[in-house]
Order: sequence, then structure tokens, then C-alpha cells
Amino acid sequence: MTTPASPKSGGTGHTASTWERLQSDRNWLGFWFMVPAAFFLLFFLAYPLGKGVWMSLTDIKIGRPGQFVGLENYEELILYDKTFLYATGFTLVYTAIASAIKFALGLYLAILLNNNMPFKSFIRSIVLIPFIVPTVLSAIAFWWIFDSQFSIISWFLRKINLIDHNINFLGDPLMAQATVIFCNIWRGVPFIAITLLAGLQTVSPSLYEAATLDGASRWQIFKNITYPLLTPIIAVVMTFSVLFTFTDFQLIWAMTRGGPVNATHLMATYSYQKGILGGQLGEGSAIATAMVPFLLAAIMVSFYGLQQRKWQQGAKE
Amino acid sequence: MASVDIRDVRKAFGAVQIIKGVNVEIADGEFVILVGPSGCGKSTLLRMIAGLENITAGEIAINGRVVNNVPPKERDIAMVFQNYALYPHMSVKDNMAFSMKLRKAEQSEIDERVSKAAKILGLTPLLDRFPRQLSGGQRQRVAMGRAIVRDPQVFLFDEPLSNLDAKLRVQMRSEIKELHQRLKTTTVYVTHDQIEAMTMADKIVVMHDGIVEQIGAPLDLYDNPANLFVAGFIGSPAMNFIKGTAKGGQFVAEAGFSLPLPKTGESVEGEAVTLGLRPEYIRMDPKGFAAEVVVVEPTGSETQVALHIGKDGQQQEIIALFRERISAKPGDIIHIAPMEGRAHLFSTKSERRVSITTV
Ligand SMILES: Nc1ncnc2c1ncn2[C@@H]1O[C@H](COP(=O)(O)OP(=O)(O)O)[C@@H](O)[C@H]1O
Ligand SMILES: [Mg+2]
Repeated sequence: MTTPASPKSGGTGHTASTWERLQSDRNWLGFWFMVPAAFFLLFFLAYPLGKGVWMSLTDIKIGRPGQFVGLENYEELILYDKTFLYATGFTLVYTAIASAIKFALGLYLAILLNNNMPFKSFIRSIVLIPFIVPTVLSAIAFWWIFDSQFSIISWFLRKINLIDHNINFLGDPLMAQATVIFCNIWRGVPFIAITLLAGLQTVSPSLYEAATLDGASRWQIFKNITYPLLTPIIAVVMTFSVLFTFTDFQLIWAMTRGGPVNATHLMATYSYQKGILGGQLGEGSAIATAMVPFLLAAIMVSFYGLQQRKWQQGAKE
Repeated sequence: MASVDIRDVRKAFGAVQIIKGVNVEIADGEFVILVGPSGCGKSTLLRMIAGLENITAGEIAINGRVVNNVPPKERDIAMVFQNYALYPHMSVKDNMAFSMKLRKAEQSEIDERVSKAAKILGLTPLLDRFPRQLSGGQRQRVAMGRAIVRDPQVFLFDEPLSNLDAKLRVQMRSEIKELHQRLKTTTVYVTHDQIEAMTMADKIVVMHDGIVEQIGAPLDLYDNPANLFVAGFIGSPAMNFIKGTAKGGQFVAEAGFSLPLPKTGESVEGEAVTLGLRPEYIRMDPKGFAAEVVVVEPTGSETQVALHIGKDGQQQEIIALFRERISAKPGDIIHIAPMEGRAHLFSTKSERRVSITTV
């Protein structure tokens, strides 16, 4: 131990006061240093979460304190609220489809960008644009692009005589669902592509050369070398992607507000609609709380997936 | 097994010429070492043999077949990389079996070859480990095992020992040599370490700045270096060079003394010449020239002595290696001379050796 010797405690043999010990003891020092961070976490994360869960167990409404009602809100949602069930289902579909396509496209793009080509760094920064544009801005742009009257896509398709009337992108439920999924993909691919590109760049080129000499084709190299070596980073980036997609709010709210006829509500938007706009804070909180098990499950899958890669762990016998 | 012929091969990266016309013939089963200072193009040449770089001009033939346009996997060569390039996510066994799995070989054949190679290299207890769990020397062996399993026409090694500590390097040196004697596969081995080249090679190719300076057996290069570069590169401690002129059958050193001129094949009378003296061919001789002892480093079996020759102001340091123990101390003056017939003479201008060997 290397506690700094203070003139008071040294030599005379009298024990330092508790307060002095709290100031100099290593473990306590560590504790003091953690206090600010712990405070922020508790105050801004744990407290709202706890409060949300608590509210979901009451019948609180805006402007009126609630009473404890147990699981009544959940019962209500699961048994009688078709929109909740539909939103939950759509959130799962939205997350699954968008994440899968984002992953495939992101990986493909990363591999393309990893090749040598002219203006490499320029193209790499272009790819990031959808990611840096604020979500609401790009959502509004998409809103116009997919507008029922002024859509540039419809206009273009009409010009080249492929269709004779405007496509109702955001008015038809199925169309609207496909459209918001498309926009989420557009926005999410760069993050995945750039992260996977960073992962690709850590793979030593001599591994590719060794595999080439071992007789592997390009596809075999991808399948046997590149992909397995990327799995750790894929696990991390896809966990984040799934979490962000599942909790998506801005894009939907800016483009469709959950419509038409609640077809594009995600759990997050529906919770907002119910809790804040509809004033049913208790039920809104219950919807938000219902997202937690799904998110925990996603984290668990990724966590145990990560643990299984023996080759990554240190040299222990 | 196969021969490898490198005919007037050139390589340019953009406008920069890296390999400037190299000719090497490698016979079937030969162990050839490409040696030269770092950056001289050894790895590039090796990678051209492997097919990892294209050949700008000239031809490379493996077993008589020109391979300039043959993709690497059809050349039937195996390479051991400087960083080993083991697949980190595969066990030792899978690393070694990878090429055979790609070829869809029978599982029984794969197992047999892998366990045979593992036995040769002492890897049997490590087969289920991952590369991360191995020491440097073990990884090196796995990289060799991966090459052996393939039973290729040619082995290529690119500085395989440079990441190992000195002791392990010496041990692996003899292991690789033993392996070659056992398998008799044609081997091209790249190193910048001339001791590695001297101890392992059947034939050494000394490269410098993209050209071949000399090709020959190790002792041949040592005894008959073609030019100043090879003379200075091969041998440790390095050969001493003393500048001077040839005058009346004498070598007159700039440092002021003169010595009998080594026998030359052509007349060099009046020309600027450089005398090359290996430290181990310097002996004490009361009739020799004077030198001042600077440092004495006894190792027990021999004594390395740094000496100053020449007058004040233009002193030159030379190294001498004496088999016997000597009692000289720094500051002492001793008299030394080259051993009979062991001094080389080089033309200072063309850098070629002009003396002929008489021993
Ligand atoms: N891909 C490349 N592009 C441009 N220059 C290269 C490339 N590879 C090697 N060089 C250059 O070629 C020269 C020889 O390199 P190399 O064959 O690796 O040398 P050695 O193995 O003898 O140390 C070096 O000057 C190096 O900078
Ligand atoms: Mg090299």
C-alpha cells in the first residue's frame, strides 16, 4: 500500500479521525471518484426508469395523481388494446426486417469500401451522410419524397410512363410500413457499414494472402476468414442496431405519426401517443415498460453469443 | 518437388523500379536463400514466385512451366509469412487442415497428414489450441506445419525467424534445415541475416537494390566475394576495408603503411584499390604494420580487438579476431599482418574484386 503519509497521522501514533481516513483511503478515494458518475446514472437513468415502471402500476393521468392498480394497465393492454398488440407486432417486424437488411447492405458496403479505389476517403465520407443528417430533417425530406401529391418518385415514374397515377406511399397501410422500414434502413446502413469497415481493416492482409495460397476462392475467403473474424464486431454493432431500431421514434413520428390507421405505430410512438397526447400516463408507461423485456432479450443473445468465441479469449490453459 | 527459374525478372510499383532484372536458377530440392539488406526487394521477389504480385517483365517458371499468368492457388507452393498469418479463429489442427478441406480431401487423409506433420514438428499436444494460446516459436511451427501438410512443389519462407528471440532462432534454424533434409522440397528462403543464410543455405543469392550481386555456395561467397558489397555483407564481424593505391607490386595504404599486393588477375598498377581483410585472417606479426589497441573483447574462445591504424587525424578503425588470448591493453601498439593469401583486393572505382584466390 502506498498511502501518502500525512504529517498528522505519521509518527505520533494517534489514530486519524474517520473523516481523515475517508479522505485518504484508497478504496474510499475510488468511491469518491465514482460518485459523480454514479449520481448521473442514478438520476438520469435509474430514476426515470424506476419512475416509469412505478407509473405503469398506477392509473395516473395528466393533471391527476394516480393510485396503485397493480398489473391492471398491462391486463388492459394485452387483453383489450388491439392497437398495442399490433404495434408490438409491427415493432418486431420492423426491427427484424430493417436490421437484417441493414446488416446485409452494411456488410456489403463495408467490403466494397475496403477495396482500393480512387477517391477512397471521399467516398467513405459520402457514405456517412445519411448518418450525420439529423433524423428529423431526413424524415421530413422523405415525407416530401413520398408525399401522395408531390412525390418526386411518382412524378418520375409518371414521366417515364411506368404508372398513370401517383403512388400512395404513406396513405396505404402496407405501403406506409414498407416506406418507414426503407427510411430506417437508409439511415442505419452507414453506421453499420463504417463500423464493419473499421473491423475489416483490422484483419491482416497476410491472412487473405495465406488463404489465397491455400487455394481459397474469394467467396471461400469471405466465408472462412473474413466473416468469422468480423463476428465480434458484428455482434456489437448489430446489438446496437437492434436496440436503436426497436426503440425508434423520431423517424415514425416525423413521417407518419403512427398512421395510417395506426399501421406504422411502434411501441415507442404508441406509448407517446397514449401517455402524453392521450394523457393516460399509466398506460403509456406500461407500453414503454413492456419494451424492456424485448431489449433485455436482445442484449442477452448478444452477450452469450460473444462469450462463445473461444479463440478470442486470452492464452489461458 | 520442382525447379524454379527466374529469368530477367523485373518489378515496378508505379514508376519505381524495385527489381531490376534478376536471374536465378533453383534446382529441384535445393535450399536457396535470398539475402540482402532490408528494402532490397527480397520479399517482392518471393511474392512474385508465390503469385501475390504480378511480374512486370521477365519470366518465372516452376518445374519448367512459366507461371507468370498462373493464379497462386494453381502454382502448388506454400509460404510461411513473417508474421505467420495463422488464422486466429481456427485451432492449430484446423489451420493445418484448411487447404486440404478446401480441396475437399477425405477426412481420413486430412487427419493422417495433419497428425504426421504435427508429429514431425512436435505439435501433437497443441493441436486443439488456438493461435493466441501459443508462444512465438510454436506459432512459427504451426505456420510450417500448414505448409508441410500441403506437400507442395516449393516452400517459400519470408523472414520466418525474425520475430523470435535469439536462442529460439538458432534452434529453429537447425530445425528448418533438418526438415529440408528430410522432405527434400525445393525451398526459397528470404532473410536479411547473413548468418542465417550462411548456416542454412545450399546456395545463397545476395541481393542489393533490386539486383543480384552474387550467387554461390555459402563458403564460396565467403572465400571469393565478387565485389565490395558481398565482401562487406557476408561474414561477421564484417571484413575490414583499407583504401590505398597499387604501386610497384605493393599496396600503399592511405594510412601510410604498405603491404605486398595480393595476386591479381589483371594489372592494377597505379590504380586506386581497396584491400579487404577479414578480422579472422589478421595475425600478429612483428614485421607487420603498427596498430593501436582501442578495445579488447575476449569471449574465451577468441579475442576480438578493435584497432586504430594510420596517423593521427586520418585514423581508421579495424577489427581483428585472434584465436589465441592476447595480453595487449588499450593504448598498446601491436604489429599485425594479413595471413598469407587471405587478403582480397578490390578496384575502388568498379568495386569488383581484382585479386585471385590463392588459398
Ligand atoms: N505494394 C508496394 N507498393 C509500393 N512499393 C512497394 C510495395 N511493396 C514493396 N515496395 C517497395 O519495394 C521495396 C522492396 O521491398 P521488399 O521486397 O519488401 O524488401 P525486402 O523484403 O528486401 O526488405 C521497398 O523499397 C518497398 O518500399
Ligand atoms: Mg521483406
